[in-house]
Amino acid sequence: MSDEILKIEHVSKKYRLGMIGGTSLREELQRKRAARKGLEDPTRKVTDTSSGKIGEEFLALRDINLTIHQGERVGIIGHNGAGKSTLLKLISRITAPSSGSISMNGRVASMLEVGTGFHRELTGRENIYMNGAILGMTKAEISSKIEDIIEFSECRKFIDTPVKRYSSGMYVKLAFAVAAHLDAEIMIMDEVLAVGDVAFQRKCLTKMSQLAIDEGRTVLYVSHNMATVRQLCTRCVVLDHGKLVFDGDVEQAINSYYDASPDATNHHESKYNVSGFEGEKCRVLSVDVENHSGMEFFSGECIPFKVRIGCSSKVGDVLPQFICRSGMANLTGSSFADSRFVLSRGINALQGSVSLKHFSPGIYNCDLVLYQVNHDGAYVELDRLKDALTFTIAQSPANYDGNNWWQRRWGFADYGAFHLEFLPSD
Amino acid sequence: MEKGKYYREITSEAKVFRFNFKEVWQYRDLILLFVKRNFVSQYKQTILGPAWAVIQPLLTTVVFTFIFGNVAGLADCGAVPTFLFYMCGNIAWHYFSSCLTGTANTFIANSGTMGKVYFPRLCMPISTVLSNLISFGIQSAMFVIFLVIYLFIPGYEIRINPYAFFAPLHILQLAMLGLGCGIIISACTTKYRDLRFLVGFGVSLWMYGTPVAYSMSLFRGSILYRIVRFNPVTPVIEMLRYGFLGPEAGSLDWVSYGASWGFTAVLLTCGVLLFNKVERTFMDTI
Repeated sequence: MSDEILKIEHVSKKYRLGMIGGTSLREELQRKRAARKGLEDPTRKVTDTSSGKIGEEFLALRDINLTIHQGERVGIIGHNGAGKSTLLKLISRITAPSSGSISMNGRVASMLEVGTGFHRELTGRENIYMNGAILGMTKAEISSKIEDIIEFSECRKFIDTPVKRYSSGMYVKLAFAVAAHLDAEIMIMDEVLAVGDVAFQRKCLTKMSQLAIDEGRTVLYVSHNMATVRQLCTRCVVLDHGKLVFDGDVEQAINSYYDASPDATNHHESKYNVSGFEGEKCRVLSVDVENHSGMEFFSGECIPFKVRIGCSSKVGDVLPQFICRSGMANLTGSSFADSRFVLSRGINALQGSVSLKHFSPGIYNCDLVLYQVNHDGAYVELDRLKDALTFTIAQSPANYDGNNWWQRRWGFADYGAFHLEFLPSD
Repeated sequence: MEKGKYYREITSEAKVFRFNFKEVWQYRDLILLFVKRNFVSQYKQTILGPAWAVIQPLLTTVVFTFIFGNVAGLADCGAVPTFLFYMCGNIAWHYFSSCLTGTANTFIANSGTMGKVYFPRLCMPISTVLSNLISFGIQSAMFVIFLVIYLFIPGYEIRINPYAFFAPLHILQLAMLGLGCGIIISACTTKYRDLRFLVGFGVSLWMYGTPVAYSMSLFRGSILYRIVRFNPVTPVIEMLRYGFLGPEAGSLDWVSYGASWGFTAVLLTCGVLLFNKVERTFMDTI
């Protein structure tokens, strides 16, 4: 498995600022004239605050070098605008590099979009042919595989119905089914799996891994979903502002990606003016989690945090609480502080740690709520910081035999394994 | 790296004169599927369906026969029925103009698909030309039916001659010419949208420079005659009329015919080379 299949050497891609988008001959002439006189580009949008002079160049990719061997499943991660999609576009020949060269030893099947070339009026079956042909298959090849494709797509019942009657999920399934059955040596996917349901996503990932392992296909996969990157990839590349900043182990790459993200630390202070809490009793100013890449944890770990609370006067009997939600708005549970506090006037700095026991894999948002226990013992809300903590509980590969936790069926909490054994025989 | 069966290298240098015809041929199934898709989607949810392909040139011919033929008297075709004279010219011109306008839109109309997946971009305009051929076929059948009807009507004289067998060659030339013009325009419109407006009225102006609505013989000897004569579409239409309707309706002009082929070849070659150059990076400018 050490044959080089894709070699990217010194590839850069240049875009000129202000040139992107529609243009007319008149604008072009205006721009040329302005450029000669050194004036500002007259066709540039006024709202465009980037101080780009006319013709200034923007490098979407800078000197990328990458060698990929046959059978590797390479994840490409990076924040928005890092150049991931540009790289895939160059490899799949949608546009040409500005310098450098890419050599490859195989056909490329690119799935940068779901169902490219699908036509609303054509039936599922006709669209399989259409999509397959666009992706480079011949009619005979598609015919020999069409049964497998229909089977995989789970759309057999509707295969002779125009796709305009399909649900979006069926649409995706059909499209992926075609791509998964291509004969291409290099498969490129740009976050297209994000649309299907969890079960189908898993099926796709399994299929991709299988293709790579059994048939030696090479997979390039771009995604923001680290769980799927972990599951699929054997190697991971991190792009940052068009540069390749990391290449190697998946876990290390993900950590390096989170370090490169500008908003990885959970810092709210800038939103609040420190003097702004005058008049109110108490206000949560900030919740900080230090030294943790990307707020990703395993179930059972703890999140150590520091909290700063501003008070306009001395307040007693304050009880902090984290209220956690998963996904959109599902309340999953709460965690109370282990004691009540007396907060003094001014800024109070506290530290603590919240336990993540029983959290199932998924993404959680937790609000920090300050309650005051009044004379009758009732809780009165003093302040609430929305989304004080946002974190991901990662799936440990050792758990659930490698299956993803299925929140919709299995719930939000994992109460741990229970004990079961055979009765002692008589 | 060992160079395998599918070895390919992508570099920043554009190779103008290296056009990959083999690749277009490999994608022939895609071209046929595009043709099918164009045809099916064109007439989906219409009551008359492909009948529209007939109605449009039929009505145009009736109008031309009445206005240019009877009112203005521009059809100098002797005993040949004016109706057939106009139908022949109209159908041929319609095929040419639909090829031109259809392919001129290639990049803009398909940027969605082309921005997501690679296939030889030339497949798209080729399939446009081929799908227009289907409607053209239907229209030709209509023409043949009218031709046979008129053959049995006394008072008219239609002298079909062996030049009619050259019709497929003429159609090929019209397709090549339309394709050549169209892809040059489409290559230019990726950057400058201005040309799109030009195409619309440019094609209708071109029609008046072509003997579609009138006979060449009317102004023989004038300067206009010389201009119209070297319009590359003129000899094609003239020869089609000559073959199917007889020497009274058309003419054989070998000089202009040769020039027309030369022009077609040059235009198509330039078109393909320009298209080839633009397709590499048009996604960045469109």
